[in-house]
Amino acid sequence: MSSAVESSAIPAREAARPPQLPSGEIPTLILEPTGRWPKIDLRELWAYRGLFFFLVWRDIKVRYAQTVLGAGWAVLQPLLTMVVFTVIFGMFAKIPSDGVPYPVFSLAGLVPWTYFAAALTGSSNSLVASSNLITKVYFPRLVIPYAPIIAGLVDFLIGLAILGAFMLYYGIAPAVSALWMLPVLVLAMMMTAGGVGSWMAALNIQYRDVKYVVPFVVQIWMYASPVVYPMSMVPKEYRAFYALNPMAGVIEGFRSVLLGAETVTWGHIGISLGVGAVLFVSGALYFRRMERVFADVA
Amino acid sequence: MSNIAVRVENLGKRYRIGAAAERHGSLREAIAHAVKSPFRNLRGLRDLSRFDGGERDDVVWALRDVSFEVKHGEATAIVGRNGAGKSTLLKILSRITEPSAGRAMVHGRVGSLLEVGTGFHPELTGRENVFLNGSILGMDRAYIEQRFDEIVEFSGVGKYVDTPVKRYSSGMYLRLAFAVAAHLEPEILVVDEVLAVGDAEFQKKCLGKMGEVAREGRTVLFVSHNMGAVTRLCTQGILLDRGTVKMQGRSSDIVSQYLSMGSEEGSQFVAADPARAPGNDRFRLRAVRLLDHEGDAMSTFDIRYPITAEIEYELLRPIRNLRVGFRLLSGDGTVVFSTTDMDEGKSHDSHRTVGTYVSRCTIPGGFLNQGRYSLSLGIDVPMVESVVFIDNIVSFFVEPTGGVVGAIPDNRLGVVCPLLPWTVESVAVEGGEARRREVAL
Repeated sequence: MSSAVESSAIPAREAARPPQLPSGEIPTLILEPTGRWPKIDLRELWAYRGLFFFLVWRDIKVRYAQTVLGAGWAVLQPLLTMVVFTVIFGMFAKIPSDGVPYPVFSLAGLVPWTYFAAALTGSSNSLVASSNLITKVYFPRLVIPYAPIIAGLVDFLIGLAILGAFMLYYGIAPAVSALWMLPVLVLAMMMTAGGVGSWMAALNIQYRDVKYVVPFVVQIWMYASPVVYPMSMVPKEYRAFYALNPMAGVIEGFRSVLLGAETVTWGHIGISLGVGAVLFVSGALYFRRMERVFADVA
Repeated sequence: MSNIAVRVENLGKRYRIGAAAERHGSLREAIAHAVKSPFRNLRGLRDLSRFDGGERDDVVWALRDVSFEVKHGEATAIVGRNGAGKSTLLKILSRITEPSAGRAMVHGRVGSLLEVGTGFHPELTGRENVFLNGSILGMDRAYIEQRFDEIVEFSGVGKYVDTPVKRYSSGMYLRLAFAVAAHLEPEILVVDEVLAVGDAEFQKKCLGKMGEVAREGRTVLFVSHNMGAVTRLCTQGILLDRGTVKMQGRSSDIVSQYLSMGSEEGSQFVAADPARAPGNDRFRLRAVRLLDHEGDAMSTFDIRYPITAEIEYELLRPIRNLRVGFRLLSGDGTVVFSTTDMDEGKSHDSHRTVGTYVSRCTIPGGFLNQGRYSLSLGIDVPMVESVVFIDNIVSFFVEPTGGVVGAIPDNRLGVVCPLLPWTVESVAVEGGEARRREVAL
């Protein structure tokens, strides 16, 4: 009989004020067509840091879900690539490596590059992959392309540890300046990945061509960066131009502070940093501009 | 501070639907088309988000000049047919998309529930998804932690909370997703047709929770096709029709107006072209209609009133012993009953001459339970031939507008909900001799 007649006799819970609402002012929101260049609301982004954290955490958590090796892949990927590069570029093509053993030379390039390639790809596809979210619930959309940028750091740190092991094996000590230069370089690398990633993500939601463009861009970009060869192979007069590629400065900087390879011109790293910052800011602005149509074209 | 929670002024939303692809007849045309298509595609995709070309023919206004107000603490239903703009309105109010014209003022935090389980990741466990989904819905971590046990208990997933949700049954998945959503407590709650999914048990739970939220005095905007839920949960209503507000007022008035808006596709069958109507050289089916107690064609019926099925047909030649009937099927395909116009022993005018006829059958009120039903039409000459048989020719809904027993909201299980006579008698009463007493219910 219990299930035959069921009135909605659930007692109303005593109106406990939900703790997610800070007491006090009730916000008033005006919803109307926005202009062409909406502002980047940093306060709002900060308010949504919890969500950002969870998206990052989700990305990390599911990355190697249902794999046998799990995080072992973060170790194997750069390691196997290093072996291939060492055989092909180091032994067959005999590409010079600034006096550093080629394996550790290429690994020092591969660790930031692998991060960059994965973060950029993840970021570019993030928005399309989250179309179920953006059509169902509001939050500042910028957290989506930035989450893979942070999540990729886990693999990057594992890569750095492997590099450290190789440096130990070859008896290479990093420069003291690594202490402050490394964070700067990592930041430049993240800004570049996040900047290009947010450009690509915003374009991707409307033009799905981006999905096919990104792998291609990543491949070309690798050869345009000193991953398998040293920057010293680039003719001197072109180096300032070459440094417009932010990853060129980042990778060369990595080698310089970690392996004490060729001393790079810090001016070139400065150019790379500047370009990285421009990409980051312009990416965020473009993303914000396109944001209002995401839910409509997704 | 005003008493208004939501004020909408001349709100409009337009979409580009994109022109239909053209067809080409020859290989040459097809190649020319393929060469030119990247440019056309670029224009087409770019135009999806541009409107500067003036009033173009592929622009549709999902909402136009919509204005209304919702007071704090009011539960308001938004009803309308598919495509009326209900979901678009909710999307604007929950900031998922922005309006193309007009403005909306929202006073208070909005929690929107356009779907349950938004952002659930199949690889993550129930526990992890509660946190992820909660944060997507706008809860902070401390709040989720505080309510975690309550959420799990409400969902009933119990010991499976640390299992990846991809191993859940769809029912468990849904219950967990709803449990998280049910603990969202903003000042303004926006709910789309989330109750349409899941089994009866789940829907009951959803409705109970919604009622609780509404009674707590929070502002609720509720979209549903379930008119019973609408009248039960909401005091106010807004009726949308093709993107404009057709009526605003008390929810009971809105519901009756909506129900009288008449037939949606599927509730009527009309053979527009007699030459292609079902039948043969002697018989032609003209129409099948469902009428309410006032004789109006409807797709949705009040549970309390009778429903009349009307079958109109034409005889091109006389037929002897023609039998018109139908099977009534419930939403899951169970046959509720079969009936024909020969049932009562009398073959109504068993020899029918050339002409147009209407056979009617009335299903009494308070008999069919709430839900979706369909009608399979069968017309034959018994033992001789089957003339027409059409499965699910029309379908309709029965809505619980108040409950069979009267004012008490009531959600009975069963395909039918007849009111049957009961007696109660006391056979032995403590401290006295048994007195026979009958109570008629």
